[in-house]
Amino acid sequence: MTEKVIYQGAEAKICISKYMGFDVIQKRRLKKSYRLKEIDEKLISCRTREEAKLIIEARQYGVPVPIIYDVDLKDGIITMEYLKGKRVKDILNDLKEPERKELCIKIGKSIARFHNNDIIHGDITTSNMILVGDKVHFIDFGLGEKNNEIETKGVDLHVLMEAIDSAHSKYSNCFKYVIEGYKKELKDDANKVIKKIEDVVKRGRYR
Amino acid sequence: MICLGIEGTAHSVGVGVVKEDNTKCKVMSNLIKTYMPEQGGIHPREAANHHALHIADLIKESVKEAKIDFSDIDLVSFSRGPGLGPCLRTAATAARALSLSLEKPIMGVNHCIAHLEIGPGTLDGCDDPVLLYTSGANTQVIAFAEGRYRVFGETLDIGIGNCLDKFGRSVGLEFPAGPKIEKLAIKGKKYLELPYSIKGMDIAFSGLLTAAEQYYKKGEKLEDICYSIQETTFAALTEVTERAMAHTEKDQVLLGGGVAANSRLRDMVNTMAKERNASFFVPSKDLCVDNGAMIAWLGVIMYNSGIRMEIKDSVIDQRFRTDMVDVIWRD
Repeated sequence: MTEKVIYQGAEAKICISKYMGFDVIQKRRLKKSYRLKEIDEKLISCRTREEAKLIIEARQYGVPVPIIYDVDLKDGIITMEYLKGKRVKDILNDLKEPERKELCIKIGKSIARFHNNDIIHGDITTSNMILVGDKVHFIDFGLGEKNNEIETKGVDLHVLMEAIDSAHSKYSNCFKYVIEGYKKELKDDANKVIKKIEDVVKRGRYR
Repeated sequence: MICLGIEGTAHSVGVGVVKEDNTKCKVMSNLIKTYMPEQGGIHPREAANHHALHIADLIKESVKEAKIDFSDIDLVSFSRGPGLGPCLRTAATAARALSLSLEKPIMGVNHCIAHLEIGPGTLDGCDDPVLLYTSGANTQVIAFAEGRYRVFGETLDIGIGNCLDKFGRSVGLEFPAGPKIEKLAIKGKKYLELPYSIKGMDIAFSGLLTAAEQYYKKGEKLEDICYSIQETTFAALTEVTERAMAHTEKDQVLLGGGVAANSRLRDMVNTMAKERNASFFVPSKDLCVDNGAMIAWLGVIMYNSGIRMEIKDSVIDQRFRTDMVDVIWRD
């Protein structure tokens, strides 16, 4: 089987591979020899299962995510759709203001859609969003979880706020537009979540 | 330049003298006295009293051991924080008194950053590391990015040392429990499952602490529990350190803090570094724990970069965050 590694992070590598004749992405979690085999195997299979579950569930609620084709719990491999698009991180700064606003509102709506169903992404950054056509796909639910607490939703959005501050610092109003979209779609009172984001900022150690 | 540094953030009071030698740090003396509570944890006032009792003698002895005269000192440095208020104030007061009587400048420094800078200061090949700083109160992964030392991951509840000490106390091991847990862990064979709690780049230990105490109450062997605590917490620490290295694209890792003395933690981080083709560094033990030499060295670096401090501004800061300091000496 041919495979090409397109990204290697600390936890997994992302490969382009073939599955039943067509191009797919495989996320392969890496074994770590520094930790006990019992811990390593359990972490890899749990994290693979949790991630696949979250992606499948998010799709059911209308959030654009890659289609999952296969999950291998033993070796920690998720085989999924190859999204041929552009990372939002790479294009956001080059958009015209009205388009950027529209895109951010769309992102906010999607986040609200999975938050409505207690799905926490865990690493919402513009590197984890792929624009294909006019749809923003969310990838990498590796740090995600199911959680209904407003606190956790606030933390989830706080990650995006920090990501926008660092990668798109000239366009910090982006986060405001994300929140605008988020408010429109969230069933719960979005102001409670927004209040939490402010709390999270204040809460860092020694602040 | 010769600098005398005073450390007193928690249970240790330390005085060190360092000399700048061609941009490297030469430690001329480094004396530490540690407050040992008769029972329980650190009482801030008792610790501060302990520091006040010993600090004058430590200053004299450290100057004597460095084989210098008081008049040879060019700078007095002290840890401004983070730490316990009464302890910080004692060290800062001593620093001010010394600075005024010698008529030499004073410099208040960040304790966590001192733990990082002593690595590049004393170790060859270590110039821009990711620091895994593990001590009683502090558990942080720190690296330089965009003008500051950023905290890429940290504990959300208690420090790893604190976790080990608390477990130790609940099973009758004396403070500090870390070294005793390390010895027991070597004899442990059975892995008991414990919560492995990582949230993004951050880490939490309190759930694991409770679970470990439950195992003890249920009659599991202490050796096995100690083994499982070490394997679980250190694996999680190594994992967040690796994530920070991948994120910042740095290929050096440095250990600091008292828990860095643990061989199993060293092994794990070293293995991780090897797998990433990264270099692994750990300062000598007396420079890993809270000590005056690292405070003196950071004072030297800051002074050389043009930073100055007036006596009236030499106030302590119990909540002095790592990322509050403008790091103008790096680019």
